Amino acid sequence: MDSGLSDDPVALKILVAGGFGVGKTTLVGAISEIKPLRTEEVLSERGIGVDDIDGVEAKTTTTVAMDFGRITIRDGLVVYLFGTPGQERFWFMWDELSYGALGAVVIADTRRLTDCFPSVDYFEQRGTPFVVAVNCFDGAERHSVDDVRIALDLDPDVPVLLCDVRRRSSAKEVMVTLVEHSLRTLTAAG
Amino acid sequence: MTETPQWLDDAAGPVVRPYALIQGRTRSSGDAFDLVATVTVVREPSGEAAGELGPEQRLILRAARSPISVADVAVELDLPIGVVRVLLGDLRDNGLISVTSPSAARQRSNEGILKEVINGLRAL
Repeated sequence: MDSGLSDDPVALKILVAGGFGVGKTTLVGAISEIKPLRTEEVLSERGIGVDDIDGVEAKTTTTVAMDFGRITIRDGLVVYLFGTPGQERFWFMWDELSYGALGAVVIADTRRLTDCFPSVDYFEQRGTPFVVAVNCFDGAERHSVDDVRIALDLDPDVPVLLCDVRRRSSAKEVMVTLVEHSLRTLTAAG
Repeated sequence: MTETPQWLDDAAGPVVRPYALIQGRTRSSGDAFDLVATVTVVREPSGEAAGELGPEQRLILRAARSPISVADVAVELDLPIGVVRVLLGDLRDNGLISVTSPSAARQRSNEGILKEVINGLRAL
């Protein structure tokens, strides 16, 4: 196959974001072999208060785990999934992860829609292509895709879809929708 | 001047001890390694150099005989990514491994790759 590329392995990153307990781990696990990746949480100014760290040179870290999944498309083409904690204090990890990322999935729970606001804001500001996947929890009040779009004040081109992150077929649909969206964004950018 | 680190209260969470494996360093030439950068062994350590390697570095060299991502190395060794970056930085500085970062521009700008990913995901 001659695609004009070198044979260098291609590694793509997709981020899975959203509030606590919204189904990030489940989504990553539904579609890939999932492993916990340990990383460090830097106790930044934001975390501990600006005044308190005056004169403190050393940063202090605690360990947090991130969901890490891998999908091998073919030999030399691998998609890595990173489930990232949604709180603002983890944004130092997002900055790294979103660099060069193919795109992001923001999982939303309609009972706690505000939980995904920071994620949506973040990816909008970074210009990272993203989709909003509304996880349909059992017993959760169903809202239409349009309601969610309005509530999140999304640009019209951002895909919003309902999903059940426990189901592999649903997780696949979410990922395909994202990559298709990334492709459209790329094509539009010329 | 007070020496007491009073800002480390319970709310700050548990404090990780200095990383003994890497002589307490938290910075190295490996800081910038992307999580999905590819680690490959370029040369087996010989003689004296081999003796100076720590067990973790040996494990990395074993894991990277075939190309492996930085994140996968961290998972294999069950170590925090920051520690792994320092270890990788040392190994690279010693000429034992290469670490190749994926080109962000190329990733996003290749339609053919994305189409292949879409088809691959559908086929899962």
